[in-house]
Amino acid sequence: MLKINNIEVVYSDVILVLRGLSLQVPNGQIVAFLGSNGAGKSTTLKAVSGILRYQDGEIEEGSIEFDGEMIHQLDPFEVVKKGITMVPEGRRIFREMTVEENIKVGAYARDDSAGVQKDMKMVMGFFSVLQERRGQIAGYLSGGEQQMLATARALMSRPRLMMLDEPSLGLGPLVVQDIFGIIRRVNQEEKVSILLVEQNANIALANSQYGYIMENGKIVMDGPSEKLKENEDVKEFYLGLTEEAKKKRFSEVKHYKRRKRWLS
Amino acid sequence: MDAMQVKFLAMGIINGFAVGAIYALLALGFVVIFKATDIFNFAQGEIMMFGAYMAMLMSNALVGKLGIVAAFTLAFLISSFTTALLASICEMTVVRPMLGKPVLSIIMITLGLAFVLRGGVEFIWGPEELPFYKPFRDAPLLVQGVPIAEVRLYTIVTSLILMGVFFLFFKYSNKGLGMRATAEDQETAFLMGINVKRIFTMSWAIAGIVGAVGGIFLGSTVGNLVPYLSHMGLRALPAVILGGMNSITGAIIGGLILGVCENLAGTYIAPHIGGGDIKEITSYVIVLVVMMIRPHGLFGTKEIERV
Ligand SMILES: Nc1ncnc2c1ncn2[C@@H]1O[C@H](COP(=O)(O)OP(=O)(O)O)[C@@H](O)[C@H]1O
Ligand SMILES: [Mg+2]
Repeated sequence: MLKINNIEVVYSDVILVLRGLSLQVPNGQIVAFLGSNGAGKSTTLKAVSGILRYQDGEIEEGSIEFDGEMIHQLDPFEVVKKGITMVPEGRRIFREMTVEENIKVGAYARDDSAGVQKDMKMVMGFFSVLQERRGQIAGYLSGGEQQMLATARALMSRPRLMMLDEPSLGLGPLVVQDIFGIIRRVNQEEKVSILLVEQNANIALANSQYGYIMENGKIVMDGPSEKLKENEDVKEFYLGLTEEAKKKRFSEVKHYKRRKRWLS
Repeated sequence: MDAMQVKFLAMGIINGFAVGAIYALLALGFVVIFKATDIFNFAQGEIMMFGAYMAMLMSNALVGKLGIVAAFTLAFLISSFTTALLASICEMTVVRPMLGKPVLSIIMITLGLAFVLRGGVEFIWGPEELPFYKPFRDAPLLVQGVPIAEVRLYTIVTSLILMGVFFLFFKYSNKGLGMRATAEDQETAFLMGINVKRIFTMSWAIAGIVGAVGGIFLGSTVGNLVPYLSHMGLRALPAVILGGMNSITGAIIGGLILGVCENLAGTYIAPHIGGGDIKEITSYVIVLVVMMIRPHGLFGTKEIERV
């Protein structure tokens, strides 16, 4: 289980981005982590993965715990060894390498070559399109295929917790459905817990057991995904389902203003 | 062209190829470090010089006991290893703490490292020329009737083998894959469980090995050693720029092209303009022309601009 306890994160020593954020991912669950652009979702994942300090960020307060061990002082490759792997925002595949090489990079730190072979088959089974494109240069894949590759690559490290940063970003609805279907299968069949950052609240809540909503560096609401889906504020501001919101879609400016009022 | 002139040309090309192989090794060292760490290592020439001195020290010490061939071979291996070790230590102690600092500071640090290494070598071995015992015969071999010094052939063959080994290493080994991943995207490499810091050290170690081998053959070709040898590092810079800063293939081909062109210019053009250092000028003219057509070098990609 991942426990983020009240962390404060500062960039460049002065920019306070996370202001006492707490969040938990129980083993075996898919947890959605929602919030508007700039709220601090990616920063949270970077704090867990340990890459934060290489972007001039620092955890000033609080702690991060994984299965009882403190991990907030570890380097990213050590966090991967502990069993947490991140699929970064924007996929960040290795464009100049082949699909197969990308997948192999995911297994870099492992030395059980038999297990790696087995997992290679496993991910190729989940993402059959990658099997077809095995030898191709990854930079030429479509956006959806790149997201699949990034996910497959992360799975190759055999994580117990996978953190996905906006997997639906820039993808068409059909591809997004595909990808979320696979994420659920990975969760169920491979017993990988998942922390899912999304701006697409609809699909994230539909595919998770629990959800957190953050604004301005703090969690402002959390609860079972079923409940969050029914919550009026969530409906209006994240799901765009209410009659009111439907009307407002035509005047983005006004919508934005209302949203801000809610936040403050 | 009569047969004599053809042989003369062939000789010019092969000798140039041997010089080019040394450039290529040095350029390879620059590029491997640059790709993995985004640092331009101005101390590459000094690392090469250290390798040459180290080999000389070992070779001269062992020659009495083992005979020249065994002594030289052993010295070659020991020098490659110690130079790799030295380069790794430089990375860990001097360069690593500078990570994330402004580019100019890092350049200054590698320049400083260059001065220290050269100073150290001068301090230990003195500034004057030292003889370098080597197993290569002075009498040239005849290759298809073209006379070529033995050391030139060994330079070419050994360099090509070494480059082939590194090619296979980068292409097929797990560590090589990790180095390529780091070269492409350090952060993501980190996130995939790669110890990027160790990759940095490894890239310096590789630069140490190719530097040592280049230095040993340069020393063997010249026949003696002076600390001034390190200036060869700067002579290899045009090869790096010609090939493209982020291309290993480019570094190798750039080095070979420049070596051949320089040597031919020295043979065919120099006599008509009364000598002068036509060789160095040739390199820069070629680089200038190529840069006008391909601003990122022959094999370089635009990617470099993100640095
Ligand atoms: N390296 C950085 N230096 C300074 N500020 C940053 C840095 N990275 C992100 N920020 C700021 O932190 C805030 C949260 O960013 P982020 O975590 O990327 O949000 P989200 O992923 O929720 O969109 C934003 O205001 C952003 O500008
Ligand atoms: Mg983000």
